[in-house]
Amino acid sequence: MEVAVWRGSGDRGAYQTFSVPAHDNQTVLDVVSWIQQAVDPSLTYRYACRVGMCGSCAMMVNGQPRWTCRTHVKRVLADGRLQIGPLRNLPVIKDLVADMDPFFDKWVKAGGVHKPSRTREEPIQEVSPDDPGRVVANTAIECINCSVCYAACDTVAGNPDYLGPAALQRAWTLYNDVKVQDRQSVLDAVTGTGGCMNCHSQGSCTRFCPNELDPLSAIAGLKRAAARSFLKGRG
Amino acid sequence: MMVRPHRRHPLWLAYMLHRLSGLALALFLPAHFYMLSLALTRPRQLDHFLSLADNPLVKLAEFGLVFLLAVHFFGGLRLLALEFLPWSPRQKSLAAGAVAGAFLISATFLLRAV
Repeated sequence: MEVAVWRGSGDRGAYQTFSVPAHDNQTVLDVVSWIQQAVDPSLTYRYACRVGMCGSCAMMVNGQPRWTCRTHVKRVLADGRLQIGPLRNLPVIKDLVADMDPFFDKWVKAGGVHKPSRTREEPIQEVSPDDPGRVVANTAIECINCSVCYAACDTVAGNPDYLGPAALQRAWTLYNDVKVQDRQSVLDAVTGTGGCMNCHSQGSCTRFCPNELDPLSAIAGLKRAAARSFLKGRG
Repeated sequence: MMVRPHRRHPLWLAYMLHRLSGLALALFLPAHFYMLSLALTRPRQLDHFLSLADNPLVKLAEFGLVFLLAVHFFGGLRLLALEFLPWSPRQKSLAAGAVAGAFLISATFLLRAV
């Protein structure tokens, strides 16, 4: 099969085509690894676990963001061709490696760090798995930070300040976490410039999330919480 | 028009349809209000325009207008439901089923009337 791979660094680069032997069982990451091991050792890409847990191997495959280690070539091959590029909406370091800094910076900016409400001297807070807030929070904790949703989002593409689906979903998780006491500060961090109100509900985040999470609904939850907070006069 | 691969899913298309219908209606509305104002300012000019409106092409355009209105209206309801009704997937399926059922029954009555 013909595989076009993005080569270059920064803003400059072009697709380079390789002929890769096709196998019955083959992931997109296998294809990239084969090129790097058999044809061009200088091809740069990122991966770690190969089983869909670490979130480091996401790339654009035929124009769609995917976790390449769990994407079978057979399912994405179009006319015997494959086009593999670095993740969209992020600066390119080299070849298939995107600079994840903006993604993680926004994670922090959205208040993604857990701020405990108890000290270590106090007894551990009991959290019931059936607590409604906990149930909502649980829906998003399987996020692996792969940035697929971030690459899929047109709002991110159009607004560099937009926090993006993953960071906002994290904020929604914290907002529902019974261990978080200051919910208003969680909300304040994600309702300003670049916050949840920028979301146009295009739903690409939910469509492409490899772990089948639902950032679209999480952001809708933040919008509801913000509306409620506004109507109660808390700004 | 070529839709880029990461946009090929119903929610994005619904977003674009809502956006385009909104833009088209925004372009239409000033013309609409201007024509209505003629009833007060220049009734003869309005009558002249209304005679033009009998043109089959204009009639066809009216279908387009109703289509835009319907699409934009339901697109707005969709957004409100999406953002303000935190329904579970099961509830969404039930709601969609109810709408489909109502449509089926009303279509059956319509067919009997025709």
